[in-house]
Amino acid sequence: MEKSEIINKGTLVYQKPTLMNDTPMHYCPGCSHGVVHKLIAEIIEEMGMEDKAIGISPVGCGVFIYKYIDIDWQEAAHGRAPALATAIKRLLPDRLVFTYQGDGDCAGIGTNETIHSLNRGENITIIYINNAIYGMTGGQMAPTTLLGQKTATCPYGREAQLNGFPLKLTEMVAQLEGTSYVTRQSVHNVAAIRKAKRALRHAFEVSMQGKGSCFVEIVSTCSSGWKLPPEKANKWMEENMFPYYKIGDLKDE
Amino acid sequence: MEQEPLLLKGNEAVAYAAILCGCDGYFGYPITPQSEVLETLAALRPWETTGMVVVQSESEVASVNMLYGGGGCGKKVMTSSSSVGIALMQEGISYMAGAEVPCLIVNVQRGGPGLGTIQPSQADYLQATRGGGNGDYNLIVLAPNSVQEMADFVGLGFDLAFKYRTPVIMLADGVIGQMMEKVVLQPQQPRRTNEEIAKECPWASLGRSKERDINVITSLELQPEKMEERNIMLQKKYRSIEENEVRYELIGSENPDVAIIAFGCSSRISKKVVQIAAEEGIEIVLLRPITLWPFPKDAIRELSTKVKSMLVVENNAGQMFYDVQHAVEGHIPVEHYGRFGGIIPTPQEILDKIKTML
Repeated sequence: MEKSEIINKGTLVYQKPTLMNDTPMHYCPGCSHGVVHKLIAEIIEEMGMEDKAIGISPVGCGVFIYKYIDIDWQEAAHGRAPALATAIKRLLPDRLVFTYQGDGDCAGIGTNETIHSLNRGENITIIYINNAIYGMTGGQMAPTTLLGQKTATCPYGREAQLNGFPLKLTEMVAQLEGTSYVTRQSVHNVAAIRKAKRALRHAFEVSMQGKGSCFVEIVSTCSSGWKLPPEKANKWMEENMFPYYKIGDLKDE
Repeated sequence: MEQEPLLLKGNEAVAYAAILCGCDGYFGYPITPQSEVLETLAALRPWETTGMVVVQSESEVASVNMLYGGGGCGKKVMTSSSSVGIALMQEGISYMAGAEVPCLIVNVQRGGPGLGTIQPSQADYLQATRGGGNGDYNLIVLAPNSVQEMADFVGLGFDLAFKYRTPVIMLADGVIGQMMEKVVLQPQQPRRTNEEIAKECPWASLGRSKERDINVITSLELQPEKMEERNIMLQKKYRSIEENEVRYELIGSENPDVAIIAFGCSSRISKKVVQIAAEEGIEIVLLRPITLWPFPKDAIRELSTKVKSMLVVENNAGQMFYDVQHAVEGHIPVEHYGRFGGIIPTPQEILDKIKTML
């Protein structure tokens, strides 16, 4: 059977968003990045913002997001994406401006830029991928690494006395006057993906309405960093991450 | 139409000139001795007239990355700071050099190292002229020596930044930034529309357009062959800047015994040295580099055939001194005279030094 016989108008029930190109992704099997990328592409397309969207990519595994989604991008220095987004949105107020950052980027080296751009109420969305580890550099301890979790730089498990506590950045930014919508989501099953999509769309809409900053945390897996096969990584996330990083809206004004 | 002259501080002149040249955004963090730039802009409220954006950032790190974002959209964006803050910005400046993002950065230098002093200095010469951050790159470095030039170099800085897609540094100092002089400002230029930017800067990330591929502003390239290609392209651009953008000024005797090489506030003092020396019958010529990078090495080399020796006067321990030595290639003796820590030399002490060289 030919491909065209299988995929035709009558049988097609699902297709990837046209904004997603055919570049093979560099992500590991079981990684959450690809799913979140797809949601972003779908939402921009559904909102008809293809020509108005400007994304800012981080330093970390998400750095090459610009190779997969066909909109204009800027690639920021580690942690500085919210500063770029601030200027871009101020200078081009009718654009949809968002950053895509990991937990090392957003909650570690870039905490200052994160807090202050959100506190100024910049009309941007920060998409915050929290997988509790530094993925790209090979699985070192992140600000969000759970107590007891083993990584390359806390091989016996994170100890509070030695390494402090896992940072709940989303709870912090929900306290800021400048944030309008703050939520924590995940993409580990179909129901969660649908909720995450609704959350991301709401964030983009709120930021376009000029109501202030939006912050969407996606609690994510890192199979390679956690040294677990994808299915077990999902289970580990549910059992260990969700009790500490509770899923749901923290603020919607 | 000729504008009425105003009496302004150098820092204030930068703020006025920014609005008048059609700057789109200023992003800055307070630091002595340059806070008047942000203060003046906050008082003038240009967002209500030209639409220019003014943001007080949370740090110099944020300021410079706001320039990266704004410049990446093809907007005319600038910041100002002083030595300590400029040191913090080096990461962002390197990124912008790598990603070819145009912007203007004003450094009203103070003394270091570390927190140092709030008094004037010229000790960031090497940082500015060698790039300052990681990687192989250069910045165009303009050195004003008057309030008028602090105003004029804002527009010139933007022109060069966009012509070559590179960050431009205006390397001023606490003397030029803080002193008041008569200044004639340019008439108001309109800010460019997004359509004009899209046409003039086809690389800008303004939002996708059907007429072109997507634009990505980035300095990243993991393939070594492509990264080398990128570096070769940057070096080619720097050679073209060296060929076309050298600026300097010659003041004083046409038959000199000694040449002084000085920039910024040191060149103002050295100009006085030329005058008082002439009264004593000592013939001096002053060569003032206006661009510190590209450096007027050919002009200095040529001058070295006409004088017996050269004195480099700068408020640091000897930084431009190396560039002058390199230009002269050992043909004549080159000496250095510098004061530090915010001490500004008097014309007399410089002249005394010259007398030891005759």
